[in-house]
Amino acid sequence: MRTMTYVGALNEALHQLLEDDENVILIGQGVTSPWYVGQSCTGLIERFGDRRVIDTPVSENAVTGAAVGAALAGLRPILEHPRLDFMYYAMDPIANHAANWHYMFGDQLSVPLTIWGIVNRGGEQGAQHSQSTHAMYAHLPGLKVVMPSTPFDVKGLLRSCVYENNPVLFVDDRWLYPIKGDVPEDHYSVPIGKGTVRRTGKDVTIVATSFLVHEAAKAAEALAAEGIDVELVDPLTVKPLDSGLIISSVKKTRRLVVVDGGWRSYGAASEIMATIGESAAVGSLAAPMKRITLPDSPAPASRALERYYFKNSEDITREVRKVVGGSK
Amino acid sequence: MEPEKSHGGHGRDSEKIRMLRLHRMMVTIRATEDALADEVKKGEIGCPVHLYSGEEAVATGVCDVLRVDDWVYSSHRSHGHYLAKGGDLYRLMAEVYCRSEGCSKGRGGSMHLSSPEIGFPGSSAIVSGSISLAVGTALAFSLKKTNRVAATFFGDGAMGEGVMYESLNLAALYSLPLIFVCENNLYSTHLPISKCLANVRIAPKARAMGVPAITVDGNDVMKVQVAAKRAIAKARRGDGPAFIECLTYRHRGHVGPNYDVEKGLRSQEELDSWLKRCPICTLEKRMIGSNYATKKELAAITAEVNKLVLSTRQEAKRCGWPHGPEETEFRGVFRGSV
Repeated sequence: MRTMTYVGALNEALHQLLEDDENVILIGQGVTSPWYVGQSCTGLIERFGDRRVIDTPVSENAVTGAAVGAALAGLRPILEHPRLDFMYYAMDPIANHAANWHYMFGDQLSVPLTIWGIVNRGGEQGAQHSQSTHAMYAHLPGLKVVMPSTPFDVKGLLRSCVYENNPVLFVDDRWLYPIKGDVPEDHYSVPIGKGTVRRTGKDVTIVATSFLVHEAAKAAEALAAEGIDVELVDPLTVKPLDSGLIISSVKKTRRLVVVDGGWRSYGAASEIMATIGESAAVGSLAAPMKRITLPDSPAPASRALERYYFKNSEDITREVRKVVGGSK
Repeated sequence: MEPEKSHGGHGRDSEKIRMLRLHRMMVTIRATEDALADEVKKGEIGCPVHLYSGEEAVATGVCDVLRVDDWVYSSHRSHGHYLAKGGDLYRLMAEVYCRSEGCSKGRGGSMHLSSPEIGFPGSSAIVSGSISLAVGTALAFSLKKTNRVAATFFGDGAMGEGVMYESLNLAALYSLPLIFVCENNLYSTHLPISKCLANVRIAPKARAMGVPAITVDGNDVMKVQVAAKRAIAKARRGDGPAFIECLTYRHRGHVGPNYDVEKGLRSQEELDSWLKRCPICTLEKRMIGSNYATKKELAAITAEVNKLVLSTRQEAKRCGWPHGPEETEFRGVFRGSV
């Protein structure tokens, strides 16, 4: 199998989707820009033209509504937002319209829309160019939220999103772009709503999302050297959550640490812990559950603060050690 | 180019047929709203109802020119648009009663009507909420190289929303087949337009964004229809969007069966002056003046429509409530897989 970068796999997925189906369009801010979207859209405008690859003005609200209206009318648009921070302007068409439409109108039309929201943070960008707001969207009924973490999954999940009959937020992280992995050349789908076990272990379950899957994997390596055997679960979809996979892992390891790039309160980590709290696995816990998230603070600009704000493998290693050490 | 609609006949005959058709639709909308208003007063309808009485000429004039495969988006004041686009009366009434056979299965209520098979994807109760959706539908129609047209109805209150200006810009930028229809009824819920817009002239705002705009007497269905016909033909040719500002007035208050005079929001004099300019009376006078119908004939049509509306209301009221596992387990949040 070929090895390629995450961004290469994403770019290949876009090429194949646009090539295979004329109902697929790509619309959003900066899809032809040299810097908005990294190398993810390279070659698309040249190949598919400006009618199907539409670089829009800065009008997040109306462009998102337009993508919803195009989806209602039979297209399968991929709507790109270069930063989740900018998507607050687009909350109304997503929450009030796309996510409600199928239920509210009695199971008639649905909105087959992929909302590709990019997390782009670090580099002293500050509070309005750093956010990971996936949990806000995961709260909405009628909207699914996926968070690919590897080159294989980004390609397969994007295809599943485009052929999903409902709106999906596809959360993409620029820190994943250089990561390499195996990617089949032909198209394939990775199902929405199914997680995967990245590493099996018996002492503690780490559930990590998106970029932090890789930091958690590094932490697991370090902990293995200390004799702590980590099971690493990557949910890939945060709504609907693959709760069965997480519950069975925690039943086995009896410990849970959740690592998520969102804020602490009311976040994806909270939901995962609540899922265990309501399940039979809670009775078998050997230690209190732990979450590693961003603090409840806006992102700082200064690099001297960023290193405390964004979590990495060392933070994970330290916290997991505490959870396991106190109870082993 | 396909014909707009088969109106049959020529000259006076075709004009008479057209006027009778427009008249029947306007009378149907008025009778429906009156019938629903009575039920709200009696407490038989619990869902908030925003009545279209007084504005019938706008929906009727525009939708008469649209084809069944053209799409219309609507607002919280949606009954008139739904009916004018060809929506089923029984399913509308059942929805306002929030019953199982309503057009949205009783999940939407008065503000959320839908009937995709007649080109009515849905009405949004968020002010300006469906404008951008109509932009996207027009984009899809254009990309698929059809000659279908999208239209969106909204009030003057929608001109206070930022997304309106973004949408006007996009429609003009991409030269989309989209008709913006502004029902300028002078009020945004309880607030008069002068307390909402520093510049109360609406059409120039659309022009400033690059969308050709005209202002018409929204209480004259023939004038609305002429403006709509021109705009729709142009959009169908691929020559871009249009904005039609229709000056009109809602007879009843923002929500419910009353008139907002009792709340001190409008004066009786103002209301009376607009009741004299009722769009149905205006059309009837013209029909009688042109010898297309007698007063007696028009009264007979109105009586016949009223009877139908009242019997449909009875039927809708007898319809059951949504229940059973499918509804009470709140299924339908997502559509199933391909």
